[in-house]
Amino acid sequence: MTTFLGMPAVGGGPAIRHARVPGSIPGALGNVFESEHFPDYAERELGNAQLRRNLGHATSTIRAKRANVVAELPDWEELRSAGAAIKQTVMANLPELLEQFAEAFEAAGGHVHWARDADEANRIVEELIEAHAPVLDTGRREVVKIKSMATQEIGLNEYLEPRGIDAFETDLAELIVQLGDDKPSHILVPAIHKNRTEIRDIFLEQMPDVDPGLTDDPPKLAEAARRHLRNKFLTTKVAVSGANFGIASTGTLGVVESEGNGRMCLTLPETLITVMGIEKLLPAPEDLEVFLQLLPRSSTGERMNPYTSFWTGVTPGDGPQNVHVVLLDNGRSRALADEYGRSALHCIRCSACMNVCPVYERTGGHAYGSTYPGPIGAILSPLLTGVEAEENDSLPYASSLCGACYSACPVKIDIPSILVHLRGEDHLAKEEAAAEAGPAQRVRRLASAEGQLDAGLKAASWAMADGRRIALAERALPLASLLGARSGRIRRMPGVVGAWTSSRDVPRLPAQSFRTWWGKNRGAAPSSGHDRSAAAKEGDR
Amino acid sequence: MASAREEIMGRLHEALGREDGVTTRPGIVPGTGRPVDIAAPVPRDYRRTGALDHESVIAQLVDRLVDYRANVVEAQPAEVPGVVAEKLAGAASVVAPLGLDGGVLSALDEPVLSALDPAVHITVEDETTALTVDELDRTSAVITSSRVSCAQTGTIFLDGADDCGRRAISLVPDHHVCLVPESSIVEIVPEAWARIDPTRTVTMISGPSATSDIELERVEGVHGPRTLDVVIVRGV
Amino acid sequence: MRIALFATCIVDAMYPEVARDTVTILERLGHEVVFPERQACCGQMHINSGDFAGAHPVVAGHVRAFEEEPGWDVAVAPSGSCVASLGHQQPMIARRAGDEDLAARAEDLASRTYELAQLLTDVLGVTDAAAQLGSYFPHPVTYHPSCHGMRLLNLGDRQRELLSTVEGIDLRELPQADQCCGFGGTFSMKNRQVSSAMLEDKAANIVSTGASLCAGGDASCLMHIGGGLSRSGAVSPRGGAVGTVHLARVLASTREKPLLPPRSEPILSGGSLR
Repeated sequence: MTTFLGMPAVGGGPAIRHARVPGSIPGALGNVFESEHFPDYAERELGNAQLRRNLGHATSTIRAKRANVVAELPDWEELRSAGAAIKQTVMANLPELLEQFAEAFEAAGGHVHWARDADEANRIVEELIEAHAPVLDTGRREVVKIKSMATQEIGLNEYLEPRGIDAFETDLAELIVQLGDDKPSHILVPAIHKNRTEIRDIFLEQMPDVDPGLTDDPPKLAEAARRHLRNKFLTTKVAVSGANFGIASTGTLGVVESEGNGRMCLTLPETLITVMGIEKLLPAPEDLEVFLQLLPRSSTGERMNPYTSFWTGVTPGDGPQNVHVVLLDNGRSRALADEYGRSALHCIRCSACMNVCPVYERTGGHAYGSTYPGPIGAILSPLLTGVEAEENDSLPYASSLCGACYSACPVKIDIPSILVHLRGEDHLAKEEAAAEAGPAQRVRRLASAEGQLDAGLKAASWAMADGRRIALAERALPLASLLGARSGRIRRMPGVVGAWTSSRDVPRLPAQSFRTWWGKNRGAAPSSGHDRSAAAKEGDR
Repeated sequence: MASAREEIMGRLHEALGREDGVTTRPGIVPGTGRPVDIAAPVPRDYRRTGALDHESVIAQLVDRLVDYRANVVEAQPAEVPGVVAEKLAGAASVVAPLGLDGGVLSALDEPVLSALDPAVHITVEDETTALTVDELDRTSAVITSSRVSCAQTGTIFLDGADDCGRRAISLVPDHHVCLVPESSIVEIVPEAWARIDPTRTVTMISGPSATSDIELERVEGVHGPRTLDVVIVRGV
Repeated sequence: MRIALFATCIVDAMYPEVARDTVTILERLGHEVVFPERQACCGQMHINSGDFAGAHPVVAGHVRAFEEEPGWDVAVAPSGSCVASLGHQQPMIARRAGDEDLAARAEDLASRTYELAQLLTDVLGVTDAAAQLGSYFPHPVTYHPSCHGMRLLNLGDRQRELLSTVEGIDLRELPQADQCCGFGGTFSMKNRQVSSAMLEDKAANIVSTGASLCAGGDASCLMHIGGGLSRSGAVSPRGGAVGTVHLARVLASTREKPLLPPRSEPILSGGSLR
């Protein structure tokens, strides 16, 4: 460790334990990267008043609904603990559970594919579609899709489009996003950033056969979506889905949904392709008695979502007779290898954390860049990719660490502590880079806000290791307290502290610290008894 | 070259620090820095049986279903054909699974569809009479029984058995009349799930299809049946 | 009872009156207060910045400072966030440094360190601030529960309940009280726009109550909220500036020695009542 500003080096201490992810385990590809640094994107989004109104309305609605249905269950905390423990078991036994799942799925007539990363998963799905979906009169192939985070993550639709395959999103919100040539901003309600009028306008512009008199009444909008998609459901030969759960012992897959578009895709086509992250497994059927309670109440704030489907390979005479599952790694093994961050893989994609997050509520999901926004995205994206190579390195800081996400998480992921852990990973990566950098780069870094924060921390680490050093530093207080003496506040400060004074005042500093007061009045050799009047007088200032 | 499966398995073993099958990297609790106890059993001290008496359980199911905008009636065994006929009045065609009158409903004196208006076209599906998707789309209504119902969440479970039928029939027609035998009603989710064989095709239905995708306000009626009539059959 | 005071770095250097009032309250109840002089900081600033190597000597220094002080029964800090850090972060830093002994000592110290309202309510049996502490504060006040006290220490209603039993206080419910003020340490600088947007909403909610002061148990959050109120020039219905005040100051205020004369407006420094 280097010496900063003449301060004694704090190095020489014990080596600090970090994640130690083996270099042989690669990070994720696909839509799991920030598009630019979070604060920069967030600043633009904060300027969008309509977006903030839409988000504020939607998140406060869902927060209230969730709070009501969670309060109904007297054993909510016990369910959370069981959910967390089940997921912990899954992570510890993931290789065996995957083998078990694959065997059971194949025994039930299904086909299992393995994908190391997003590219490989996309290629597998493409080949399956080419083999099973006919070329239509338009010269293109078509598939219907159930909303799925895994296929968003791998960028499946964008991959298929130039390869002659149109993937039709059938979830209402995904349809809104797809028709509007937009990006999802929430994992449960991808069009949360759009209000009903904006949605009506998208439908009028993009649905070829829409009633031109369409109003922004939500039931009318839902009906327009029904008409628009009905024929696709009835005629399309191949469907692509994700999965909320995979049961290892039986090879069963499950999808949780609301609209019935999922049931359509899972039931009517001849071929069904499911892309599932390898962490989605549960050991046994009985584990679902926990998750079928945790998920709906945490996500839509309902006692139960309207429809949930389970299927196990092929069932003769019922639904698709050609059934595939693509087991997707894409950075999950990397996240598993991060021992401090591993529990982020417990996530069941309920979105409760983003609904309660004060940062998400103000910036929306796009600022996080990745498919996974909000608090869980701020840990999951960097865990899937790594923070070392300037990838996703601003996300761990996109939180005030207020802890609302942890309290809401149905599987008790300690998101704030993992954010702090990832800050440690980022700090280490930056330190190592600085150690290798030349003098010019070091000077440049020192001049940057981050460099100043860092230098400040180094100095503070030395001083704060012992109160006696603080006492020395506090000797400057009488002089410093002259700052802002007239108004009682400080409105502009230079350097990195200027980021604070851009929107907040700083109180005038006191003439003496508590430590100094204590030393004078109660210290080792107090004059005689406790000098209360002196204390009271100083208290006035 | 290693297959994708082998390579992923290799990564997972490395991530967990597997040495001779033993996990040497059990994970660390991020808040305390302590190692995770991966041998700890799953605590299952949540409720696995309900607390309400039988009549309260039925009342709760009705309450929840109505909350989801399903229509609910209760019928004594002798009343079932009449109630069903009433619900299906105006339907041009109805599809039903082969075993509708089997199972617990075989205790009824008259078949479920015996009171239907003769003008209604009825298809009772078996392997030879299965309707095509287009035919289902032109069918006005479907009637099925159900395996188990969970009062606390207002959820009806179909499992693809002979009295529930294959999944498509209860999906494509716009009107679903669903019979719920009184004996199949339980209070809480673990009780309901324990009665389900997950390796069958399972469909859990909690009210008619709905969406919350527009400003997170619930709207009933999207792709699934927009009308759900539930007939609770007393005494069976 | 002999009570060791953990002043916390921000109170020590910026709000010494909060620590002095904490001493006053505890002495009023007949307890003896000691101040372990080598104490400095819980380490949260370094930890939350990801500088674990920098945090380690701070954590070790904190534990050592309180171990060196002889014969105290419990420790107290006028901050939920710093107390939470002792239990929820310090052991993690010690274990990362491979120092299981320090981790165990930090856990032991944390188990004996209380947030002020927690100590008063759970250990010292204070249920009525007016009767037991002589607390008197006849002013319109609202209350912001800080995140770490609320979610990590599960303080529940303890701080608010104490305030509600202060003689003369006009305690007003804060809308969306459980929402973070946006401070978050370096978050307020690294993500200053988002932080400011959160602060704006918190300040607007405070102003909407008509209170002239927002009370709370964490000087850091109060510095942030006060700084925002001061910058916005927020004015209470009585015409004065709206600011913040620490719980300890309100509890220490008495009829004989009121923090503010009745019917007067607070004089604020950077938005905080000194």
